Amino acid sequence: MTRGGEPLLEVSGLCVDYGFDDDAVHAVIGADMTLHRGEVFGLAGESGSGKSTLAYAISRLLRAPGVITGGEVIFRHEGNTVNLLNAGPTQLRELRWNQLAVVLQSAMHALNPVLTIGTQLTDVLQAHRPELDRQARRTRASELLEMVGIAPDRLASFPHELSGGMRQRVMIAMALALRPQLLIMDEPTTALDVVTQREILNELMDLRTEFGFAVLFITHDLSLLIEIADTIAVMYAGRIVESAPAGELYLAPRHPYAYGLLHSFPGLHGAQQRMTGIAGSPPDLRQLPTGCVFHPRCGYVMDRCLRDEPPLARPAAEPPGADGRLVACWLHEAGASAPAELAALAPALESTS
Amino acid sequence: MLQFPKSGKIRLGLGMALVFTLLAIIGPWLAPFDPNKSLTTTNGVPQPPSGAHLLGTTQVQQDVLSQLLVGGRSTILVALIAGVVATVLAVGFGITAGYYGGWLDDLLSMLANIFLVMPALPLLIVIFGFLNKTANPPDVLIGLVISITGWAFGARVLRAQTLSMRSRDYVTSARIIGERGWRIMMFEILPNLVPIVATSFLFTVIYGVGAYTALSFLGVISVSHWSWGTMLYWAQSAQAAQQVHIQWWWFLPPGLAVGLFGTALALLNFGIDEFINPRLRAAGLTRRRARQAGLPRRAQLGLTPVVGQHVVGQHVVGKQLNRESA
Amino acid sequence: MRLIARRIALYALTALVAITVNFFIPRLMPGNPVEVAIGHMQSRVTPGTIKALDLQYGINTKLGLIGQYLHYLDQLIHGNLGISFSSYPATVVSVIRSALPWTIGLVGMATIISFALGTLLGIAAAWRRGSWLDNLLPAMTFFQAAPYFFVAILMVALFATKLGWFPQNSGYDTTTLNPGLNWAFISNVLDHAVLPALTIVVGSIAGWIIGMRNMMLTTMDEDYVLIAQAKGLATRRVISYAARNAILPSVSGFSLAIGFVVSGSLLTEIVFSYPGIGYILLQAIGSEDYPLLQGIFLIITFAVLAANLIADFAYSFLDPRTRQEA
Repeated sequence: MTRGGEPLLEVSGLCVDYGFDDDAVHAVIGADMTLHRGEVFGLAGESGSGKSTLAYAISRLLRAPGVITGGEVIFRHEGNTVNLLNAGPTQLRELRWNQLAVVLQSAMHALNPVLTIGTQLTDVLQAHRPELDRQARRTRASELLEMVGIAPDRLASFPHELSGGMRQRVMIAMALALRPQLLIMDEPTTALDVVTQREILNELMDLRTEFGFAVLFITHDLSLLIEIADTIAVMYAGRIVESAPAGELYLAPRHPYAYGLLHSFPGLHGAQQRMTGIAGSPPDLRQLPTGCVFHPRCGYVMDRCLRDEPPLARPAAEPPGADGRLVACWLHEAGASAPAELAALAPALESTS
Repeated sequence: MLQFPKSGKIRLGLGMALVFTLLAIIGPWLAPFDPNKSLTTTNGVPQPPSGAHLLGTTQVQQDVLSQLLVGGRSTILVALIAGVVATVLAVGFGITAGYYGGWLDDLLSMLANIFLVMPALPLLIVIFGFLNKTANPPDVLIGLVISITGWAFGARVLRAQTLSMRSRDYVTSARIIGERGWRIMMFEILPNLVPIVATSFLFTVIYGVGAYTALSFLGVISVSHWSWGTMLYWAQSAQAAQQVHIQWWWFLPPGLAVGLFGTALALLNFGIDEFINPRLRAAGLTRRRARQAGLPRRAQLGLTPVVGQHVVGQHVVGKQLNRESA
Repeated sequence: MRLIARRIALYALTALVAITVNFFIPRLMPGNPVEVAIGHMQSRVTPGTIKALDLQYGINTKLGLIGQYLHYLDQLIHGNLGISFSSYPATVVSVIRSALPWTIGLVGMATIISFALGTLLGIAAAWRRGSWLDNLLPAMTFFQAAPYFFVAILMVALFATKLGWFPQNSGYDTTTLNPGLNWAFISNVLDHAVLPALTIVVGSIAGWIIGMRNMMLTTMDEDYVLIAQAKGLATRRVISYAARNAILPSVSGFSLAIGFVVSGSLLTEIVFSYPGIGYILLQAIGSEDYPLLQGIFLIITFAVLAANLIADFAYSFLDPRTRQEA
């Protein structure tokens, strides 16, 4: 997968609150992310870590009382550059679904129960491809269904007449109707059984290979991301604490939280390991600890961690040329020394195109 | 949880309801005259409000204010009795049907549906209409009969709620311990349904006022039995609104009284509604603060507001960039 | 289709209950209806009529209760609702038949307008939450709580008597016109129908507005509405997607509402002396015309059941989840 060229999506310093004034809960703080064309970017974290909030805020779909209080979201497509946070309703409407589509967790709730599948597939065509007439739209909708392995006669069905897996496939087909550049998927397979999950993910990856769209994949299942994602960002209490290519993260995590997560589930192969969870419980977003938010649960906490919040930056000890790795931890500052398990050498990976 | 309500609506409703309750209790003692008594026999024309008669007189020179005060007690009493009895029936039938399910549920549901679908006023007219015209049933009896037609809606709502609660953990555990059915219904399920029962009660009282007033207006209930509806019966018979000099003091007070009483209860209902369903809460109090914080006046779906742009690398703080266009 | 079948069974059962109530009430009440009848009709009554009445009301007959009931059912099936005491020798059916078209026309028209307008305003109030529409709601609540006939009296007082824009009484100008299919007559009828229809709309619209608004607010929180926005569809389309779901409870609640609307309309007709069912109802009560009273009860009940059935058909058309599985 080529990483060359300008990034498709650049998020800098994004801050999102729920509520305002004194009641404001800071759900996302200073998030930085970069997504390239055709890349699968995974966003992992516990419930309440802010990953869904971040994704919805990017596309300005966050519901009230969510408010974006700062940052930039630069989206580049077909030569245009747009700051999604500045865009007006008309601009957003043009972009939406054309370039940026969304797939939600529960297809049962994301599909309108009183409309046929056909209507829900063709309405985007009607809105964004006015040159198509009704027959052309129907044909296109049938093609979309076939693309995800559903018989075209299902166009006349209603959502309640389909199984859970079929509904999720319909959602994917719907999202790809206009061949968008970026697909934001919020826990798309969590509600399905493992077998269907596997099928759908495989189909998704095949489609991605065929059409070349980028995916922002949000999930709490880190093991899933390691399989399908190119880059993974780990979130904790509204902050991105580590961001790295998937293989490097898996084999050589730098942040204590990421390390803890990776050692919370056993591998299928290899020697038996002692399972270590992460001590403590997720913080209350209204009463966050000072300094580094993770310090109460961190096994490597230092004095500095209680006072200052570490920025998301390139680890000092990282060899030159190895790019894409960012950590928010004082252990990786220039001059500090990280313990061995957090400073493992990331093996050289072949770039997969 | 039981904080003093901040919403203006609820406070207004509560205040009004209290005034009416007070009126119901002490009204007849405040009345300056006997509502039945014709004060002079000469003039056949209703007199407008004056010093002697604060709300004027009727066609046969009866004092309107006295009629209003005496009639108020009857109206409110009948409505309250109808409300209480109907709510008791609704709670009994509804929770029982929802809890036990099976044939009992089918039977009670069918019964409730029949009463729901059958138009209430015509039924009440037939029931009361066959009573001898001179029979003057007491308020309590009238309230009881009206409650027969008013319990079904509340029963249906409570049944639905009970059904969803039946499978909750605390009910299941109570059952396993061996607690008896009626105890579970009374002490586990009912306490959680109090807001709905309250709403149902208020709704039924409003219905009771409406039904009683309508029946009195039709003359089905003895017209010598003073209530706000009876006042309107006499006013309509004398075509008070069609006279060249509109005799507004005759029909306006009783009509307004009924309307305001109903409004008070409806406002209370709104308050309870908003308490149950936070989505409906009026954003009024927070709206001003929100606007001061720079948020747009109306929350628009699909257009998350952006407030205060911190441009990365520079210090541009507090600029409101989200101008609402089109 | 199963839904419709169940509803038809319910309506059939309710009709039977109404008929049975009609049968039993005269027998349960104190007093002898036949004596009342004779009192009204006096010299015009024949022994044959008295015998028929005795049978109808179960007095001095040899038939047991079951026999009387079957006789009653038999009469009904043949469309015989008895003879009106007050309009003797006209049959109850003929009296009702002359009044029914007026009521159906008025109530039908007013209900459609009220539902359509109320639903649209409810959608607007929900979509533009925080706008001036929200302030309408308390005022609407008052008109909802005030009895229909009071609103009617206000309408007469203001628009007919004071401003003289519309007529005070009747269905059409009986002194100058005869019924016929000409524009003069039709426009006169419409002119006379404006105030009564307006009364019914004002009295019933608040319920539709508030119901639709609340349901829209809940629906707008659903994921599929967010997806519709995310798809970049036109705002009008997004609103319609939400509304098509939000309207469902209003349609199913229509069955409840129609009973109230019909009752309220009857009372409105009385205020306007509109020649519909309400008018003859008042007449029946005043003259203790029991057969007419019972006949009206049955006809109104059947009409309300029919309206319910139509609403059920509409609901199953709008909500695909109720149709048979594919």
